[in-house]
Amino acid sequence: MTKIILRGRRVVGGCAEGEALVTRDAITGWGGLNPMTGTIIETRHELVGQSIKGKVLVFPGAKGSSGWSTRFHIARLAGAAPVAMVFNKISTKLALGAVVMRAPAITDLDQDPLQVIATGDWVKVDADNGIVEVTKRSAGGTTDLAGVQG
Amino acid sequence: MRLTDAEQAMLDGREGPAKQKAMDLLVRYGEALGAERLVDTNNVCTTVGASTPFLRDFAAKAGGLDAVFSEFNLDSPEAVKIPHAKAFTCQLIQGLDPDHWQEQGVSPEVHALHGRNEAFSADIGIQMLNTCTPYQVGNVPVKGEHCAWMESSAVVYCNSVLGARTNTEGRESTGAAMLTGKIPDWGLHRAENRFGSHVVEVELDVESIMDWGLLGYHLGEVVQEGVPVLKRQGRVPDLSRLKHFGAAAATSGGVEMYHIPGVTPEADSVAGALGGRRPQATLKYGAAERARAYAELNANAKDTKVDFVMLGCPHSSLEQVWHACKLLEGKRIHANSHLWIFAPRAIREVADRNRYTRIITDAGARLMSDTCPALGQVMPPGVRVAATDSAKQSHYLPSIMGVQTWFGSTEDCIQAAITGRWQGELR
Repeated sequence: MTKIILRGRRVVGGCAEGEALVTRDAITGWGGLNPMTGTIIETRHELVGQSIKGKVLVFPGAKGSSGWSTRFHIARLAGAAPVAMVFNKISTKLALGAVVMRAPAITDLDQDPLQVIATGDWVKVDADNGIVEVTKRSAGGTTDLAGVQG
Repeated sequence: MRLTDAEQAMLDGREGPAKQKAMDLLVRYGEALGAERLVDTNNVCTTVGASTPFLRDFAAKAGGLDAVFSEFNLDSPEAVKIPHAKAFTCQLIQGLDPDHWQEQGVSPEVHALHGRNEAFSADIGIQMLNTCTPYQVGNVPVKGEHCAWMESSAVVYCNSVLGARTNTEGRESTGAAMLTGKIPDWGLHRAENRFGSHVVEVELDVESIMDWGLLGYHLGEVVQEGVPVLKRQGRVPDLSRLKHFGAAAATSGGVEMYHIPGVTPEADSVAGALGGRRPQATLKYGAAERARAYAELNANAKDTKVDFVMLGCPHSSLEQVWHACKLLEGKRIHANSHLWIFAPRAIREVADRNRYTRIITDAGARLMSDTCPALGQVMPPGVRVAATDSAKQSHYLPSIMGVQTWFGSTEDCIQAAITGRWQGELR
């Protein structure tokens, strides 16, 4: 199966893999995430009602309150955090949130992760080496990207 | 990151375990940002305490407030004894008003824990301003001063209106800054990052507090973390208007800085605000954009029977309290509705002396301090429908408190409290 490799900058070290959850909307921490369940609660967010728990969260960046890091900090302690984060735009909210979440995180990638990665793809985030490895999901009998290229 | 000898000494633990943990976090955080060094700060705004259920349980299990500070203000799983603050540090908005906690539905246990936390905070030298608007009540940084502030609405005010320099810090980084007097030298601490990114042609007269909120809410959504430069005519906006504008832009987006040439201190002209660079985009703000922001802020509200009106997000200025009193004097809040106005404690002291608190109480309303409904999760019992003149509070109340929320002018909100009905509209 063909794998897509993206290269970027380590934000927080480590290596983890899981199913991707991708959003084009910036994520709000305080007032946007229920840290006990990992559920997105921002009413106009495209992921509202979905949980980031155990996922590789792929998103453009952070917005909203300075309580961002604390929400992801509590999510980690409550066992409801993502296993890794891949994002486009660094900010203090996001850098601190990633640090206190203590899970691998990468930014500044050589391709736009929002274009390359789709929800449900299997993604390995090797932050120590700055590598994101994407295995496209073959959804419901349709030919996946790897198959088309093959 | 390159550390000075003094910073390295703290990292090596030569100033005790708490500063070692603080420096360890600052290094991890600085490296995550891609910062090369730290900068000195003697102006920190943070939050210390355990007001939410999760933190209360954590405090009970982990052994008290040193453990809470270690985990949530230093990201240290190991509980260390917290020494006196090194930098001047102010407490931000908290979970309850110690003078109205029973009316706010707070349990005696939580109130007691709050008291212990106030004592803990005072012991380590935190200034108990207890407001989201420290710049209203004694912490007014000067232009160029390096700060480490939490509270997105205060951060945008600090950078834009005062010309002081802070990123949007979090609880952990401000805890570390408080103990070390250091914060990563990154982002808005550096002059080259403070120029405008977007020019906004404001075609309307933006005058009222509601209109400044609408403009901010729209801009945040469009520019996200950009630095908008407003091209506009009209009256110079005052503290209250800029407070609502910045709070709204930091809610729908991540705006930490803006320029209004001729008004804000780092912008004599549009070209100056842009630092000689071309803007990423030039946007227009007209009637359609205004109407869209108003519709978005009212998207969750359907029922016109209003149980609860909230004013003072960010915390009211003295002028806003005075204005509310002029609208309330001799009136009476509807039997089925509540009106809570929030202000910094220091402003409430003045309001008491001016008999504003009496006017508000006589109308059946309340003047509260130290907290707000979204942050403290405090509301009168049984609220289904709320109304507020704050774009920020209106954005958060439906998701945090699960209530329908109307957004409108201060006058429409007070009218709703008096009649028990929402009759606001975009005029």
